[in-house]
Amino acid sequence: MAKRLWELFFTFAKVGVMTFGGGYAMLPILQREVVENKGWATEEELADWFAIGQCTPGVIAVNTATFAGRKVRGNLGGVVATLGVVFPSLVIISLLAGVITTFAEVAWVKNAFAGIRVCVCVLIFNAVVKLWKKSVVDKKTLALYALILLASLLTDWSPAVFVVFAALSGIVLQVVLRKGGEAE
Amino acid sequence: MIYLRLFWEFFKAGLFAVGGGMATLPFLYDISDKTGWFTRAQLADMIAVSESTPGPIGVNMATYVGFITGGVPGALTATIGLITPSIIIILIVAAFLQAFRDSRYVTGAFYGLRPASTALITAAGLVVVRETFVLTDGVFFWQGLLLAAVLLVFTRWVKATKNWHPIVFIGISALVGVVFRFAGA
Repeated sequence: MAKRLWELFFTFAKVGVMTFGGGYAMLPILQREVVENKGWATEEELADWFAIGQCTPGVIAVNTATFAGRKVRGNLGGVVATLGVVFPSLVIISLLAGVITTFAEVAWVKNAFAGIRVCVCVLIFNAVVKLWKKSVVDKKTLALYALILLASLLTDWSPAVFVVFAALSGIVLQVVLRKGGEAE
Repeated sequence: MIYLRLFWEFFKAGLFAVGGGMATLPFLYDISDKTGWFTRAQLADMIAVSESTPGPIGVNMATYVGFITGGVPGALTATIGLITPSIIIILIVAAFLQAFRDSRYVTGAFYGLRPASTALITAAGLVVVRETFVLTDGVFFWQGLLLAAVLLVFTRWVKATKNWHPIVFIGISALVGVVFRFAGA
């Protein structure tokens, strides 16, 4: 039992240390570690967690870790996975804090991160393609995808608005309009 | 009792900042103005550093503020404060979803949520793409685009490499960035 908790902590610490550039950059790493390597979740679940993580308070990476940990090992698992994902930040930032303002100005650090950012773009693109295959499954979901992509590019509304709208649309499309009882 | 205050301030940020790491920024400005623990200039440095160290940006910022305010115990307190509301809320939401998992309303909601989630990630990705490839003075970062094209081929189509761990490609890209001075530094 304790072994499982340790495994959770370690896996999410790995995810934390490999995430460069914020919550979305974590998606490809989560797909690899949590979905493909450990089999703890499916692509669909990951998409669900990201959606909920965007309309609940807090850091998306933390929210996703809590979801995944809870699924594997209950509430305690949720706490342990979350502690795991923040652990590398705690260590790295505390170690760097003294020299931190100069660190971001060092030439090779700047150059390295310019390279990393390019890679993160490609990795996010690949991650989106995987998610797309699992989430855009018919014309209705395609329409929702296009609508929300456009709206979020053209407006500065909070993601929470889109998430609530999409959930309600899903209920209307799947439940209300099907009251007639016809099957898929 | 500075630790209690640190915990409380970051607990509030964790509770009210919706939509990811950068959403904690206004709360950090507020803490800076109210407590004088750190200056706005230090905050600006911190954003740069958070973006050039691994880990979620919101967590990095909490750790840094906690550290300069109260050393390692301060870093721990601020970070735990930031993540506590998330943990509680997500555990409640997850329990709720589990209880109603077979409800047609919940499955219907997720049918709509999944494409929305993918769309939001696409939009966020496009912003990152613009920031990466269009430099501040409107110049196109063509070396970066070249690297992206090469990475795309090796991560998607080349059988021998496409299953490599993402961190391998991140490492290689960092190296390419240093060798070819991608930031011009």
